[in-house]
Parts: sequence; structure tokens; C-alpha cells
Amino acid sequence: MDIQNLKHKATELRIDLIKMLEKAGSGHTGGPLGMADIFTALYFGGLVKYDAKNPKWEERDRIVLSNGHICPILYVALAHADFFPKEALSTLRQLGTMLQGHPHRLDTPGVEISSGSLGQGISAAAGMALGFKSDKKPNKVICLMGDGELEEGSCWEAFMTASRYKLDNLIVIVDRNYLQIDGHTEDVSCLEDLDKRFEAFQFNVFRCDGNNMEEFIKTFEKASKPNGKPSVILARTFMGQGVSFMKDDHSWHGKPPNKQEAELALKELGGI
Amino acid sequence: MVNEAMKLAENLFNNDVKMTPTRDGYGEALVELGESNPNVVVLSGDLTESTRTEGFKHKFPDRFYEMGICEQNMVGVACGLSMVGKIPFVATYAAFVPGRAFDQIRISAGYNRSNVKLSGAHAGISVGPDGATHQMMEDIALMRTLPGMTVIAPCDREETRKATIEAANLEGPVYLRFGRDKVPEVTTKETPFKIGKANILMDGSDVAIIANGPLVYEALDAAKTLRRNGVYCMVVNMHTVKPLDVTTLVYAARKCGAVITAEEHQITGGLGGAVAETLARNNPVPQEFIGMPDSYGESGKPRELMEKYGMSSTAIIEAVKKVIARKASGRIFAGVL
Ligand SMILES: Cc1ncc(C[n+]2csc(CCOP(=O)(O)OP(=O)(O)O)c2C)c(N)n1
Ligand SMILES: [Mg+2]
Repeated sequence: MDIQNLKHKATELRIDLIKMLEKAGSGHTGGPLGMADIFTALYFGGLVKYDAKNPKWEERDRIVLSNGHICPILYVALAHADFFPKEALSTLRQLGTMLQGHPHRLDTPGVEISSGSLGQGISAAAGMALGFKSDKKPNKVICLMGDGELEEGSCWEAFMTASRYKLDNLIVIVDRNYLQIDGHTEDVSCLEDLDKRFEAFQFNVFRCDGNNMEEFIKTFEKASKPNGKPSVILARTFMGQGVSFMKDDHSWHGKPPNKQEAELALKELGGI
Repeated sequence: MVNEAMKLAENLFNNDVKMTPTRDGYGEALVELGESNPNVVVLSGDLTESTRTEGFKHKFPDRFYEMGICEQNMVGVACGLSMVGKIPFVATYAAFVPGRAFDQIRISAGYNRSNVKLSGAHAGISVGPDGATHQMMEDIALMRTLPGMTVIAPCDREETRKATIEAANLEGPVYLRFGRDKVPEVTTKETPFKIGKANILMDGSDVAIIANGPLVYEALDAAKTLRRNGVYCMVVNMHTVKPLDVTTLVYAARKCGAVITAEEHQITGGLGGAVAETLARNNPVPQEFIGMPDSYGESGKPRELMEKYGMSSTAIIEAVKKVIARKASGRIFAGVL
């Protein structure tokens, strides 16, 4: 898809996201909206190898969602990429659904690892990358992480594994929205200077505007060129991006829009 | 029908019974403790509002520590604080404390006999739509295997409030467990509460239902229904899983000759396991287990999930019938011999 179509696609994803969450009556809205552009780029920008009709295809790249709570945007992307019918989106979080509140590998085609407990997916991603490297396979592993998630010490253990084994087939994308449940990341904890920290952990460090399609794609292409080191993209995003009254507001971390809010949001997105 | 001495809520069985989440009682108690004890401090793992530690944070900002998302470190830091005279309350979800931080709890809290108070919020399947990752069903098992750990699963808001206050006054590590969903207020301010002392909420001699957490209400509800059919159950609120009230438990088993355990936890390793271990040594009787049947949870509404996985009054009634049949066949068997 060209940039114009990708931008369109990102809006479509946001529209379905809002509808799905309103229907579910619970779930995370802010993070998924902020990551909609990156998910669009990954699934529709030709950056990642996958086969929706054969989700277990050996040669596929692995997209690992370490920040499992933003799964609504993963689900919408997977549905648009034809991993399963879009109708399933309306069952999010209901009893018997294939779309669990946090992603489950055994329930949803396209989900590579069950997550929801922060700081675990990245270790599994490092393990996958290590396995591919040992077998001299070309598969890439793309691991998505929250910035608050980086407060879990186990993430940094995984980063050490990644640099120790020179996992240049691993690309970490950090959703750098500066927000988490209790507020601003630098009030809750102390993450900066993230560039320097990742450099000290022997990563290639890239920064980009995670809500700018062209910029993200260019950055991803650079980050995925193997050079003997794992890469991290610190993608500056905004929680709630695309809906003015949700933007950059941490109270939207973990709640869905109600009916009126959904209508307003859809109006802004051009969905009604 | 109910034990008068327990001063339970009068509208317990009415439609207007007050519904509140247990974690509210934790928040209230922390504010009370903040006033009465300057050594009480609170650590939050980026879950301040949902663990109800906000009240304490606003009233005592200097004694509230926002730790971010790092449960293992948070437990370790709490242990350090306790070494210099503080009484730290660690607040996050049960999935992460004890789930994530078990080794830190085992060594820094348990082996060191630190005076830390761990609280696992959002425990159990009634977390609902968040799904299996957040539905902690193994915390009691983890915690009660640790020597010296006190383990409490209160049944409602008021009991949680009392348990939290008592936990602060007890020297040594304590694990308190709460739920996310609203549950009926069974107890009142006047209901007696002492860590390690079970409460007989309803008397009976056919089957003893030993319950804790939200299953206490379900047990009372089941017992009420069964009474109409001439089956008299004793209902015991075993809020403290460790140390277990062996005296009350053995009394109940002797009097009734059969027990049901009921908890919002895996059947293995929790209250049911503790009761079975104790009765096997002291007074073995037929036992049926109400709890999660060796399964992970899933997304759904709290009530749907409690019904689906057999943790409701309906399931308790079935279990009572089953255990009575076992008790009867045991008698016939003994008679034949
Ligand atoms: C181990 C663990 N601890 C705590 C939580 C609860 N929790 C879920 S999301 C979240 C905040 C995550 O912040 P961030 O990674 O920045 O995600 P964002 O809010 O930006 O979507 C927390 C504390 C969890 N899921 N796992
Ligand atoms: Mg964030």
C-alpha cells in the first residue's frame, strides 16, 4: 500500500477499534489508538512477512506484543489482514470469545505469545530471535513494548540477552507515549535518558514520530538492516491519537468509550 | 438461622443488600492506619486507583511511594523499609504480588521475617473481562506454603478493613487478598474478627461448609436454600488460611461428619488443600471441593464465570448433596463390616 492508502487504513483501524471497545464495555483505548499507525505500517506496509491464510507459516516474521493490554489494536489489524473474520471483533472480552481481554496464543490466529503480564513478551521475543539465529534463519522478530513496561527489570535482562547474542534479527518498538496508568512516566518512575540507556545496552537506537506513517516506515527499514546488534525504535506516539478528547490523557489507558463518547470519536474519525 | 453472635448484616438475604468491592475496605483501613500509626507507609505499582490506595496517597503524600511497574523490586524495597522501622503495605494485583515476585517474597519477606504487608488486589476469576492473565487463582497456594506467612482472604469490605488494621498490628509478613467485583456486605462493624479465628456464621449438623472470600456469601445463600429442604449446613468463614483455625475446623468436621470447602481459587493448594491436610491428620471426613477445577480462566462477566467454573451457590448445593451421599454410603459400609 502507498502512504496515502496506509493513512486511510490507519483511520479504518481506529474506527473499528472504537466500535469494538464500545461494544465490549471494557478494555484499553488510549494505547491502541496511539499505536494504530505503527500496526498499520507493520501489517499493511510490506514491512513484515506473514500469511494470514497460513498463520503458522514457518517463514513468517514474528510480531510479539509484550504490552498485551494494547491487544485491541492487534485484533483489529489481524482482522483487517484476514487472519479471521471482522465479525469476531464484536465478541471482544465476551464469554467464549476468540478475542480475550489480553492476547492468548491458543485462541487467536496471528497471536504469537500470550501476554498481559508486562515484561515477559520481550524475553520470549529474544528467545525466538536466538532460535532463528542459531538455525541461521532469516526470520525477523518484532517486539512491541510499552514505555511504562520498561520499568520491569526483566525487560533489561532480556535486552542483555539480545546484545550478548548480537540478535540483529530483533527489532524492539517502544510505544513512547510518556504515559502509564498513574500518570507521566517520569513522575511515576525514571526512564530517561532512554537513548543512552539502550546505547549502553549495545542496541542500535532510533527515534521517530510513531504517528507519522512515512517517518516510521523509513525508520523501521533502517532498524531492520542487520549489523550485529539488536535495534530499538523509540516511537514517540500519543495515547489516544486520532480522537481529540482522548489525546495525551492517561485516564484513557484502560477504559472504553461509552455510547456518546464513541459517537463523538467516530464523528471525528469520519466513521459516521 | 444465622448465628446471632456474629452480628451479620440484617438485610443479608434481601435484594437491598449493600454491594461493595472488598478492596474499598483496604483503602479505608489504610487511611485509618495512616492517622494512627506514623510508621505505616504504602507502595504502589502503578495501580493506585484500582488498589484503592489513592486516599492514603492524598492524605499522607510523604508516606506514599509510587514505585512504577516493578513488583519484584517493590517487594524488596518494602522489606528494606521494614528493616528500618516502617510498616510497608505493598499494593498491586495478586497476579503480580505474589505472582511475579514469589522469590522476593520467599526470601526477602519470608525467610527474613520482614514486617511487610502484601496485598493482592483483583484476585480470582471475578476480575472478569481482563481474562486469564489477570485472574489470579494460585496466590493462596503460593503464599500458604511459606513458613511464617499469614494469609487472609476476607469476605467483604468491612472484614477487609478489619483484616488490614489487624495485619498492621501483627509482627511479620502478611498476605491479604481482595477482589475487583462488588460483593454483598455480609458482616458489620460489630462482627467479631481475629486473625486465625474462624467464625461460625450459621450452625448446622449435616455438612460444614468452610468458605472464604466471596464464597462466604454463596455458602450462606446455599445453606439457606438447603434448609428449606431439611438439610442443615454449618457455615464457617475461614478468612485466615494460615494459620488455620484447627480447633474450629475439627469441631465442625466432628459435628457434621462431612465438609465442603469453597473458595475463589484453584482447587489444588488453597483453602481446600489446607482443610484436607488438617482433617487427614485429625479427623478425616468426606470432603468436596468448590473452586477452580485445574483450569486457567477466560474473559467474561464475573457472574458468568463464577457459574461456569462452579463457584456459586448452585455448585455448593450440588456438592452438599454429593457429600451427604458419600457420608451415608460410608456409614452403610461401616455397618456391613
Ligand atoms: C507485571 C504487570 N504489572 C502491572 C500490570 C498492570 N498494568 C497494565 S498496563 C499498565 C501500565 C503500562 O504502561 P505502558 O507500558 O506505558 O502502557 P500504556 O499505558 O502507555 O498503554 C500496568 C501497570 C501488568 N499488566 N503487568
Ligand atoms: Mg505508555
